[in-house]
Amino acid sequence: MLRKVLIIGAIVLGGAQVACADDAVDPKAEFKAFRDYFVGRFPKVPFDDFVNGPYSMDEGLRKQWKDIEEFPPYEFAVDKGKEMFAKPFANGKTYADCFPNQGIGIRQNFPYFDAKSGQVITLELALNQCREANGEKPLDYVKDDMAALTAYMAFTSRGKRFDIKIPDDPRALAAYRKGEEYFYTRRGQLNFSCASCHVQSAGNHIRTEVLAPALGIMAAMPIYRSEWGAMGTTSRRFTTCNSQVRAVPLPPQDELYRDVEYFLTYMGNGLPVSGPGARP
Amino acid sequence: MRFGLSIGLMSLAGAAALAFAAVASPAEDFKAAYAKAEAASQQAASLKTQWTTTVATLHAAQDAAKASKYDDAVSLAHQAEALAQASIAQAREQASAWKDGVIR
Repeated sequence: MLRKVLIIGAIVLGGAQVACADDAVDPKAEFKAFRDYFVGRFPKVPFDDFVNGPYSMDEGLRKQWKDIEEFPPYEFAVDKGKEMFAKPFANGKTYADCFPNQGIGIRQNFPYFDAKSGQVITLELALNQCREANGEKPLDYVKDDMAALTAYMAFTSRGKRFDIKIPDDPRALAAYRKGEEYFYTRRGQLNFSCASCHVQSAGNHIRTEVLAPALGIMAAMPIYRSEWGAMGTTSRRFTTCNSQVRAVPLPPQDELYRDVEYFLTYMGNGLPVSGPGARP
Repeated sequence: MRFGLSIGLMSLAGAAALAFAAVASPAEDFKAAYAKAEAASQQAASLKTQWTTTVATLHAAQDAAKASKYDDAVSLAHQAEALAQASIAQAREQASAWKDGVIR
């Protein structure tokens, strides 16, 4: 009888351990596994090239990327963003007053976990917070002015390596975990997760397009997409991805989207900022 | 004789009432079907698992009802409810299944 109780107890405890291990959040271990997976799967892609998404996948696509860079379609957005960034608000202050290092060369530190508000702050959110703090109306998160501003800020940060921190704060770990969960959760009528395309099918064609690997996917944001015929922000990318799998998107800069950005950008730590980018 | 006449009149009245009910029922059927579909859709939205096709099908059902195409409207409402229920089932399944996809 005692033996039976001990065996059942061991099974229950064993099960609990598996459950605990499954629920444990270990960003460092997951970061290593994530990177190793893509590096192992695409051994011919130089590590830094992952920031070029689909254009990193083979020699022909790399050549296309070099050609695009001759006359980059995001150039107008960078110019417009630079102008907007320098233009004072009605109160005389500028965007530079809201950011460390006057906003120059700081893209690699976004998004970050803000201990005061207990939430993830993306560059897009920080820009609108800056505007509102200075009595200006917030910008549309999806395109146009917001895309131009983030394009300029990314441009000034090119080559700097992402360094996203996950502080030892249960709220930061929870945000990371929620972002990870959203990334791997299947949704929409097509029953796709972000990972369905950008992990399991990375490098494969979907119609005429090559799916970008998730490693480094945030590094080129914002992007000019030929499909859009315009620039788009990270918010635009996320909402479009959701719509494409027939899921109703969340509002731009919803907390969950910011958590996804936190998770994904952390996974790209060590890669250089390449934004703004261009994609098919 | 008088008793037979009363029975006849009552039968006629009953038949008329049934006929009236039959005429009124498509709109009522639609209302009932739409209410069920909308409730399921709202549940899906609260779980952040709403599908675009559910929303579109609900709109199509309303449009059909506005055009008095009640058979189509009821059918579309049933479709929308099925889509909403499928999205809820997806969310429940994915609540734990997402972990299977994590790169480890």
